Amino acid sequence: MAKRFVKVYPRFERLWHWTQMVLIVTLFITGMGLHGMHGLLPFGLAVKLHTITALVLLTVWIFATFWLFTTGTWRQFIPRFEGVWTVAGFYAWGIFRGEEHPYRKLYWRKHNPLQALAYFGLKVFVFPAVWISGILYLTYNFWETVPNAGLGLAVVANLHLLAAYVLAAFVVIHVYLLTVGHGFREHVKPMVTGFEEVDLTADQEAYLTANEPWRLR
Amino acid sequence: MPRHLIALLLWLALGLSGQAAAETTAPAVPEAPPAPPAVEITSTADHSKFTELQKLFTSGPQVTEACLACHNKADDQVMHSIHYRWNTTSEAGQELGKSIVINSFCGNVAGNEPRCTSCHVGYGWTDMTEAPPADPTSVDCLVCHDRSGQYAKTATGAGHPALDPVKPGTRTVTGALAWPVDLAKAAQSVGLPGRENCGSCHFYGGGGDNVKHGDLSSALFSPTREIDVHMAAGDGELNFTCSTCHVEEGHDWAGSRYDVDVLALDGTGLPGPRPMTASCESCHDSDPHPLGVLGLKLNDHVDRVACQTCHIPAFARGGVATKTVWDWSTAGELNAEGKPFALHDYTQGDGRELHTYISQKGDFAWGEDVVPYYAWFDGSLEYTLSDATIDPAQVVEINRITGAYGDGLSRIWPFKRMVGRQAYDAGFNRLAYSHVWGPTTDTAFWTNFDWGKAIEAGMEAAGAEYSGEFGFVDTYMYWPITHMVAPAEDALGCAACHAEDGRLADLAGFYMPGADPRSPVALIGLFLVFATLGGVVLHTILRLITRNKGESTHG
Repeated sequence: MAKRFVKVYPRFERLWHWTQMVLIVTLFITGMGLHGMHGLLPFGLAVKLHTITALVLLTVWIFATFWLFTTGTWRQFIPRFEGVWTVAGFYAWGIFRGEEHPYRKLYWRKHNPLQALAYFGLKVFVFPAVWISGILYLTYNFWETVPNAGLGLAVVANLHLLAAYVLAAFVVIHVYLLTVGHGFREHVKPMVTGFEEVDLTADQEAYLTANEPWRLR
Repeated sequence: MPRHLIALLLWLALGLSGQAAAETTAPAVPEAPPAPPAVEITSTADHSKFTELQKLFTSGPQVTEACLACHNKADDQVMHSIHYRWNTTSEAGQELGKSIVINSFCGNVAGNEPRCTSCHVGYGWTDMTEAPPADPTSVDCLVCHDRSGQYAKTATGAGHPALDPVKPGTRTVTGALAWPVDLAKAAQSVGLPGRENCGSCHFYGGGGDNVKHGDLSSALFSPTREIDVHMAAGDGELNFTCSTCHVEEGHDWAGSRYDVDVLALDGTGLPGPRPMTASCESCHDSDPHPLGVLGLKLNDHVDRVACQTCHIPAFARGGVATKTVWDWSTAGELNAEGKPFALHDYTQGDGRELHTYISQKGDFAWGEDVVPYYAWFDGSLEYTLSDATIDPAQVVEINRITGAYGDGLSRIWPFKRMVGRQAYDAGFNRLAYSHVWGPTTDTAFWTNFDWGKAIEAGMEAAGAEYSGEFGFVDTYMYWPITHMVAPAEDALGCAACHAEDGRLADLAGFYMPGADPRSPVALIGLFLVFATLGGVVLHTILRLITRNKGESTHG
């Protein structure tokens, strides 16, 4: 085992991540405005921005989904319960006792078990809840003739709202956990440069050195 | 009663304010006004060349006789129209119309002819219990077709114009001092109706400028673009007349508040004649906003929100106020000398002072740039007619707006909600007719100030049963707002409604984004986020406290 700086976040993934961040923040701010939480921008402008931003984000997601499945990266996000309790225990207890983070980043597994579980939940439940309810909300006029459409709209709108708040709570934890361990800067850096310190087996190291030297620094 | 006092009373009775109290002598007879701007016409006939019209006419019906010599179906058409009959059957089957309904202004026509019938499209209808005059020459062609600008009906002449010699102090239906009408000049000038023709009656409903409707006032004779984008007069403006929208077939006009085309989604239709409807969609179609993110969203609104709701942000614009409250119950107070008096505590935008109390009519409130009352509206207004039992403990709706969210037809419409307090039969709990105008009777309220006699006479004139007891009841009367459409840039912004306590806050039963920032689900969501933040803060604090355990040396 050797610690090496390996490119774990390729350019597309980084672009996806930061685009998504900007779009979600925009959606959150405009969405709060639409819900009447603030009056920072006129309602009409907020509608416009929220709609356009949402459509751009949906496009980004379509590309990301394609990328995840064609590159096989989707495997990174399949949760495993093994190790979840260890990591959870660290955040709840060990961290206060000065213990080390129990997870060692591996080349084929760039997320710790809790992280993978959280991202999985995000991608499978929260994001779809947001975009399905959002699309239904946006296209209300196409289905307003179905029985009880008025009630349906209220359900859709509230689901959209709730999903947005769940996402907001996720962002809070997501950002906070960047401060754990090596510190905020060290944790953000890989998503900027793409390189992160990873334990490589001798075989992995040999393979990458021979075949994908650009992945190593 | 001295002559000058009669003149003064008459003046007050006409609902004219201002200088009335100061003037004690009858004013001189004025000159006739000049001709209004011409209405474009492509007629093949020049009426001034017809010898039939080049003669001395001594009455309105004589002119009509000359008209009918050629236009031999016009009398029949007019006599079947609501303009002549003053009744109509609503879609819900109610018999309505001016000859029947009780309103919250002067109340009723019955018993008050010929003051009220001064605006009838005919001559000599002096009894509401009878049908309007059947003689073909009783139709008044000139009130709609005179383009000389000097034809005017007197305020109390059952539809007849003022002719030479004019009795000094005579007033026209608009409240102006009357001049001698030159009937031949009027007959030779005829053309398509201009806004001056329609406006001479419709802008003055309820006894004065803009009193009744709120969106129909003398401001529309020559409005700026801001007051009415369609009727704006001047170079490059649309310069619509009333009948540009109120299309017509055989003297029958589209557009009536008794039966409103609320949802005319047939739009502009196929090539050919326009549908007989005076709706916005007749020209603008049902997806009028320009294609774009916002335009599409706005077009999504048109099946629920009437165009008027956003595009008429306020009514009674342009400096002419509308009457918003009329309390009859305080009428009849006399001053120390036992004489009627008037108070003028409201100055409207154009500088005119308006009465806020007059002995004949009670207390008033006025409004300009009034924010409408909004309701789901399917086009029908159900009237509380004289045979309906009312609950005097509640506010009685003179007309009830029908419609509801989700009935597939109703849209949110703006209304003027007139607040009234008016007489009712306290024995039978029904609205009461009252006899208010009648300078020569000993029962008319405006000359005798005795409610008992006035109501008894009114009920008799209307042929209604009367218990002998009366009281006053609070009322609402609704007037659909559809005129004074503002330019697009002045339309209401989204946040006028999409906000807490927005304009539609009183309408319930549907989800509206932005109207309820503290809804239960929003509170759950906020709680979740704040609980998470709290957890993070707690975690941070614990980490700081336990820092010396060496976390920072990690790795």
